[in-house]
This record gives sequence, structure tokens and C-alpha cells, in this order.
Amino acid sequence: MQSSDRFEGLQPYITGFVLALVLTVIPFGLVAAGLLLPFATLVIIAILAVVQVVVHLRYFLHVGQSTPRENLLTLAFAALLIFIMIGGSLWIMLDLNARMMS
Amino acid sequence: MTSLAASASAERPAAEVDVYEEKALGFWIYLMSDAIIFALLFATYVVMAPNHADGPTGKTLFSLGRTFGETMLLLCSSITFGFASVAIRLGKQRLALAWLAVTFVLGAGFVALEIGEFTGMYEQGAGPQRSGFLSAFFTLVGTHGLHVSTGLIWILILSLQVLAKGLTEPVTSRLFRLGLFWHFLDIVWIGIFSIVYLPGVL
Repeated sequence: MQSSDRFEGLQPYITGFVLALVLTVIPFGLVAAGLLLPFATLVIIAILAVVQVVVHLRYFLHVGQSTPRENLLTLAFAALLIFIMIGGSLWIMLDLNARMMS
Repeated sequence: MTSLAASASAERPAAEVDVYEEKALGFWIYLMSDAIIFALLFATYVVMAPNHADGPTGKTLFSLGRTFGETMLLLCSSITFGFASVAIRLGKQRLALAWLAVTFVLGAGFVALEIGEFTGMYEQGAGPQRSGFLSAFFTLVGTHGLHVSTGLIWILILSLQVLAKGLTEPVTSRLFRLGLFWHFLDIVWIGIFSIVYLPGVL
């Protein structure tokens, strides 16, 4: 989590802030302008959100090569659980929805 | 935590260093379990979102401007906490306190905007009891707001500790964990504006 041996100072925070700002302004701008089809906008919002989560983890929480192994493992395990639970819930509920309609 | 370990190992016994490392790992595991709680609330929201029960929808209730303001306040509070962390690392106590104060003000602004939004919705008859969509909305966004409010109290308590005890090693290690918590809440907010507000307005 913390950049251990080498102290990078303000730099990671400023880089992270600028990247996060860009990744926030684009989706809000797209929704405000309404130029694209709703589906295309949703896909872009989803992709940019995932990128921004990675940016926050990297530059604000300092997840990287110096992160202890146990922390990375728990992070990966949490990501797996989140994927199974969100993906599984949506799969089941949408499938159920489709079957009830027909 | 390794940075603390590195600076501490010179003058402190190894056992004491291990305690801080263990606390950091323990807190990290808590954050991961909190992330799973939020993931379930997100899943619930996505399933419930179409169930308006002929009540108000996100299109009429959500304001893009307010959400953008909330997002900016949280993002700015994240970087100001980062500045505080750097100041703590450099041992500059007054600078650290000043950045913590700025972080507190930004976070309080976020909570104030959110309370304004919730009461406004309630007055329009769009409370959590109105529809499945609104129940899920208030549970998800409210849980996040509660976390931010807890973070504000925590900032206040640790600022007082810094004033009383200075940047001692236990206080520094507590501030480090508070920083993890604060940045984590900003990550959850990315999910909220990407899954709740932007698709709701669209």
C-alpha cells in the first residue's frame, strides 16, 4: 500500500488527481451533452469507472510493487468475491426477469 | 506500513514494528470486507433500479450539477488528505493539521450537499418507502454518506491527538489507516456516480 523505501512525495497524488479529474469530467460531460446513444454512453461510463478505480488504487492507496503480498492477495480475493456476487446476482435476476416475461 | 517499519527499525525493537504492520494488514482486510458490503448494495440497487412503482425516477430526482459538485468535493478532499500524508511523512505537524482541516471542510461540504439532496427528495414524497428503487438508493448512498460522516469524526479525533501528542509513531500509524479509509470512500463514490447518478440522469 505505502510506497515503502523510496518516498515519492507529492508527485503520485498530483498525477492521480489530474487523471481522476479527466476520468470524471468525460463521463459527466457525455451525459450532459447527450451526444451518444444511451447504450454507448453507459459502456464508456463503465470503462472509465474501472480505469478510475485503478488510478485511485495506484496513486492514492499506493498499491504497487512495494505492496506486501498479503495485502495484494486479500485485494485480489475481494475482487473475485465482488465479481462473483455482482455478476451472479445480475445474471440470476436478469435471467429470471426474461423467463417471467415469456 | 513498511515506511514506518523502515524508519522505526533503527531505534525500535522489531516486535513493535510488527504490531504496526499487523494493524495495517488488519485494517486493509476490514476495507476489503467493507468493499464487499458495498458490492452487495450495488448489486441490490441495479436489480431494484427499474422498480419505480409509478413513483419518481432518477431523471426527475437527480441533479447532474449537484452530483458533479459532490464528486469534486470528495476528489479534492482525497488529494488534500494526500498532502496531509506527505506533511506527516516529513514531520511537518502544523502543515499536516492545516491539510487535515481542509480535508474536513471538503468532506463536510460533501455531507451537507448529500443531506440537502436527501431532505429535498423526502419533501417531494420520494423517501425510501416510496418504491423499491428509492429503498435501494437510500440504502446504498446513505451507507456511503454514513461512512464519510464517520471519517469526518475520525479526522477530528486524530487532529486532536496530533495537537495533544504530536506526530508520535502510534498517532502516525493511526493517521495512515485513516488515509486508507478516506481514499477507499472516494473509490466507492466512483461506483455510485457511475452506477446510480449518471445512468439515472441518462
